[in-house]
Amino acid sequence: MTGLFVLVGALAVTVVIAVLKAHRDGRFTAVEHTGVVDDDVERLDAERLGQPLGERATLVQFSSAFCAPCRATRVVLGQAAEAVDGVTAIDIDAEAHLDLVRELGIVRTPTVLVLDAQGRVLRRASGVPRREQVLAAIAAASQ
Amino acid sequence: MSRPSQVDPRGPRVAAALTSLVLAVALVVPPPAREFLLVLQGAVFTIGAFVSVAATPYALFFRGVVRPRLAPPTDLEDARPPQFAQLVGLIFVVVALAGFLTGLDALGYGAAAAALVAALLNAATGFCLGCELYLTSRRLAKSLA
Repeated sequence: MTGLFVLVGALAVTVVIAVLKAHRDGRFTAVEHTGVVDDDVERLDAERLGQPLGERATLVQFSSAFCAPCRATRVVLGQAAEAVDGVTAIDIDAEAHLDLVRELGIVRTPTVLVLDAQGRVLRRASGVPRREQVLAAIAAASQ
Repeated sequence: MSRPSQVDPRGPRVAAALTSLVLAVALVVPPPAREFLLVLQGAVFTIGAFVSVAATPYALFFRGVVRPRLAPPTDLEDARPPQFAQLVGLIFVVVALAGFLTGLDALGYGAAAAALVAALLNAATGFCLGCELYLTSRRLAKSLA
């Protein structure tokens, strides 16, 4: 009898997680900044990223070896970077940059950050984003 | 470096569906059958984690019965994420077995239910919970070091 309750509970938890995930995946949200000073935001530069920033915006993807959706995300970001002038897509191996992962509080791969021309982290999303979502996030970051 | 092995992504989804079925039945049947099913699923996870995901009986079922009825895959997928997930599944099933065999039924049910949720999510949405835990485990390992 207990087992039956556990089974029903597990099914309910699965449905809740699946619905939440469908809602959140690929959705870019503005990164919260605690400070009132304009400059008090997370900022990444070419040195930390290992590649130069885009002139207009930079898409930073955190990937890991055991991540099936990372490849699909890489394709979407690559296409977006090609479609918009001055946008660069950078893929970062999360395992090789655990300090950065911790600093930015990244828990899932893929996580995508959108940086403005100054390297300020403005928006982020987890999961595979759609092309339109990426383009909208670029537009918001490069205003 | 050699090219990592590739799998038809639908294979692990079918395997996850069969895993879900076995774990769901294991939750509702009485003791000796329950432990037997968990041992069986643990054996499948062991093959998947330490040999290859393509070597499990579920993968054989997919190749022999399911795939001939499907169109060819549009894309192949890296075999490492599902393989790592098999190891995570194995850990949960071993914990569940340990719980049931030592009389800690709450532990047994909890671990078996967690494995079931992960397998169902994988089967239904393609989401690999075990894979997500990889980065977390690396972060933990680093902060403990």
